[in-house]
Amino acid sequence: MTTTTRKDWASDQDVRWCPGCGDYAVLAAVQSLMPELGLQRETTVFISGIGCSSRFPYYMNPYGVHSIHGRALAMATGLAVSRPDLDVWVVTGDGDGLSIGGNHLIHALRRNVNLTILLFNNQIYGLTKGQYSPTSEEGKVTKSTPFGSVDHPFNPISVALGAEATFVARTHDMDRAHMMEVFRRAHDHRGAGFVEIYQNCNVFNDGAFEKVTAREARGQMLIPLVHGQPVRFGAAGEKGVVVDNQGRARIVDVAAVGEGAVLVHDEARPEPGLAFLLSRLARGPYEPTPIGVFRAVERPDYGALVNRQVLQAHERRGPGDLAQLLSSATTWDVPAGTAPSRGPG
Amino acid sequence: MTEAQAQPLQTLEKVVIRFAGDSGDGMQLTGDRFSLSSAMFGNDLVTVPDYPAEIRAPAGSLAGVSAFQIHISDHDILTPGDAPNVLVAMNPAALRANLPDMAAGSTLILNVDAFIDRNLAKAGYASNPLTDGALAGFTVYEVPMTSLTLEAAKPSGARSRESERAKNFFALGLLSWMYSRPTDVTIQWIEQRFGSKPEVKEANTLAFKAGCHFGETAELVGGPFEVKPTAFTSGTYANISGNTALAWGIVAAGALARLPVFLASYPITPASDILHELSKQQHFGVRTMQAEDEIAAVGAALGAAFGGHLGVTTTSGPGLDLKAETIGLAVSLELPLLIIDVQRGGPSTGLPTKTEQSDLLMAMFGRHGEAPLPVVACQTPGHCFHAAIEAVRIALKYRTPVILLSDGYLANSAEPWRLPEVAALPDLHVPFAAAPATTSPFLPYARDPVTLARPCAVPGTPGLAHRIGGLEKEDGTGDVSYDAANHELMVRTRAAKIAGIAEDIPLVEVDDPGDDAGVLVLGWGSTYGAAAAAVERLRRRGFKVAHAHLVHLNPFPPNLGDVVRRYGKVVVPEMNLGQLTRLVRAEFLVDARAVTKVQGQRFLYSEIEAAVVAVMDAAP
Repeated sequence: MTTTTRKDWASDQDVRWCPGCGDYAVLAAVQSLMPELGLQRETTVFISGIGCSSRFPYYMNPYGVHSIHGRALAMATGLAVSRPDLDVWVVTGDGDGLSIGGNHLIHALRRNVNLTILLFNNQIYGLTKGQYSPTSEEGKVTKSTPFGSVDHPFNPISVALGAEATFVARTHDMDRAHMMEVFRRAHDHRGAGFVEIYQNCNVFNDGAFEKVTAREARGQMLIPLVHGQPVRFGAAGEKGVVVDNQGRARIVDVAAVGEGAVLVHDEARPEPGLAFLLSRLARGPYEPTPIGVFRAVERPDYGALVNRQVLQAHERRGPGDLAQLLSSATTWDVPAGTAPSRGPG
Repeated sequence: MTEAQAQPLQTLEKVVIRFAGDSGDGMQLTGDRFSLSSAMFGNDLVTVPDYPAEIRAPAGSLAGVSAFQIHISDHDILTPGDAPNVLVAMNPAALRANLPDMAAGSTLILNVDAFIDRNLAKAGYASNPLTDGALAGFTVYEVPMTSLTLEAAKPSGARSRESERAKNFFALGLLSWMYSRPTDVTIQWIEQRFGSKPEVKEANTLAFKAGCHFGETAELVGGPFEVKPTAFTSGTYANISGNTALAWGIVAAGALARLPVFLASYPITPASDILHELSKQQHFGVRTMQAEDEIAAVGAALGAAFGGHLGVTTTSGPGLDLKAETIGLAVSLELPLLIIDVQRGGPSTGLPTKTEQSDLLMAMFGRHGEAPLPVVACQTPGHCFHAAIEAVRIALKYRTPVILLSDGYLANSAEPWRLPEVAALPDLHVPFAAAPATTSPFLPYARDPVTLARPCAVPGTPGLAHRIGGLEKEDGTGDVSYDAANHELMVRTRAAKIAGIAEDIPLVEVDDPGDDAGVLVLGWGSTYGAAAAAVERLRRRGFKVAHAHLVHLNPFPPNLGDVVRRYGKVVVPEMNLGQLTRLVRAEFLVDARAVTKVQGQRFLYSEIEAAVVAVMDAAP
């Protein structure tokens, strides 16, 4: 195994995202993480769909496929199942992964395909120059919604939890250390590791996450989820999350309810219900928003199950024998005789 | 059954029998058993089922009629026959649904027990056809199959419902006697199949024997007849359907290429059986995935192909529509991929259980941009096996997606197939690119000078890491390129790669015994049997007719232009509105004439025969 540096993971291609795009920060975080994870270029594959973020594989230096709109997860599933020896990463966006490719996302998550899925959510279509996306807020004025969008948006974390994803996390492009830690966890998770990245599009949707991700806002607006710890935030942890007697997650003053009443985060809970409540806490990135790992549970990954069956069949029946297969139907022998004659029928 | 031949044995060259009944009457099983005993006896045969589209249509209704046709002969035959000589109808609906296909003078064997008012009404008969003269001109045998079966099965101790269900074995026994089929094959099969249910086994055996005895002693039905064994090329044979042959062809192709097979498919009629069959072959290293949709299926297959597996997806027309964009990506990525389209009636949902050949132009051109790919077609059920291997050979050698066209008729039709010698099958191995000795940059789009194929650089190989995608690539490096001249070069190079495959496929063979025919019948796909039979019949009538059949639709065999220009008239029978005809006319500027049929039904040889005569009679 060769030790690599961040430089080894950067391709020779010019990076062509708009200056100031949040994608640069994600790329830097991933390139920095690769050596730390001890990954090898030849056994790592990045697969993307279409969209700004999907240019990602061209800027990396392992194997990569820039596929077609929405279908990265379809290709990645085939690769991960057939080649469990590879580290397969999927880069997608809110349009690619939740609109045109939404079906593949929920199925990859429910199957628990062994993939690391990075969903860049900028709440806008950037590459097509500024239409609303399935995560854009209601009322959004864009080129395709001059009088405001009337679409109700997806919450990517809720979608992933609804699909019973085994690893679900959120991070944002303004905090490289947090990104690297979440990406590391997603990668080390056996199965589908799903990460929503709040990513700023400074051209078509600038500042979409600023209310929660700006350095000065984070303390009051980001709710860090830490496994085994009470869900608290604020400069001195003065605010906390409780589940009220109506079954809703609510933000309270810790002093008012007492420390013991605050929800203790358990990412390993088998039932996704509490994680789902947390995902519904903020209606959008303008209210205090949970960040970090919502859910991390163990479940056999799809490829491992497929390959186990193949192995068991091999052990049970021996290697496939073609002649045996061909004669597995009822057969009969015709001795040497006269040549057949063609008839009219 | 054979020791006491009271009636003289009459010899027939061939006979076409159709078994028809309600979906629950076991007609497919009856047909299968009759087929196998005929095959073991040594006849050539071709069979075709006709299933209802509904899973559980109301009992006794026309929509619920299930039929199975078998053609047996003492010589080499190619089709399930045109009009049946004999119809076995288990109820009025089965009679009504199938009577239009019966020629005057043919034989009807009817289960009269089922011809009661309620069933007649369900079938839409206003009066009883047994008594109202509707069957005049047919030879009708009224056999109380249900009551005879119940009587015969009494000693078995089976419940009356189970005994009643054995009436298909009574019919099988009767027909086995009529056509002098060996009975031990069927009795052994009943014992194996129903061994765990002794009463049912006994009821079926008794019903089968009662059917035989009824034929022999009642002297109510004609016969016995015999159809002597066919002179076959020596070898081991199995009765195989097109879909099974395709599945086995894929397994064989993987073994011959030394690649694990990865099949991803979405259930769709009439292709699903290929997925079912391959999912049983895990010990060959075959991985099957039932994908969430058609697009995921082709995407997963392409992902596996990128990983160095043999990526395959199977579908029918509506699925091919959905896969088009990913197939275009495969053209751009230049990755090997096998797409099998078992064609059915279209457009849209169309006729899911019926056959058609109307996806040829979609296979050729159904992608945006200039996206050429090889197209191969199956011509008989057994040929499906070899066609799959040929399609994979082209895909791997030229690193391209290949569309293999079968259809609903081939999928379910069956015929004796001589098992190939495994050692005689082609070696499909194409080596992966090895880790480079130098550190010079790897060129994923450098090309083999002969095939124009790019290297197989699979993930996991040190030194070959590269990025590919659907954006236009620079020649050689594969880097994204918007350069105008480079795009033209790449478009023309991809086209030249596919066109060049013409040098690597067999010439089209022309069957023209006197080398003096004035008309050429040119077919493709499953029309082979009907076209060849029609040509044979025309020759017996004194016409000089040549016959050629295409397996490779893109590129065409290199001699096809010379062949079609050699004949004054070219007739192309196809189950569409003239798709191959259009290609041949465009490619070779000849006046090819289409003979078309779009009824969801296979061509009858008599239809092609008549159409060819009409073309010959027409002014030049």
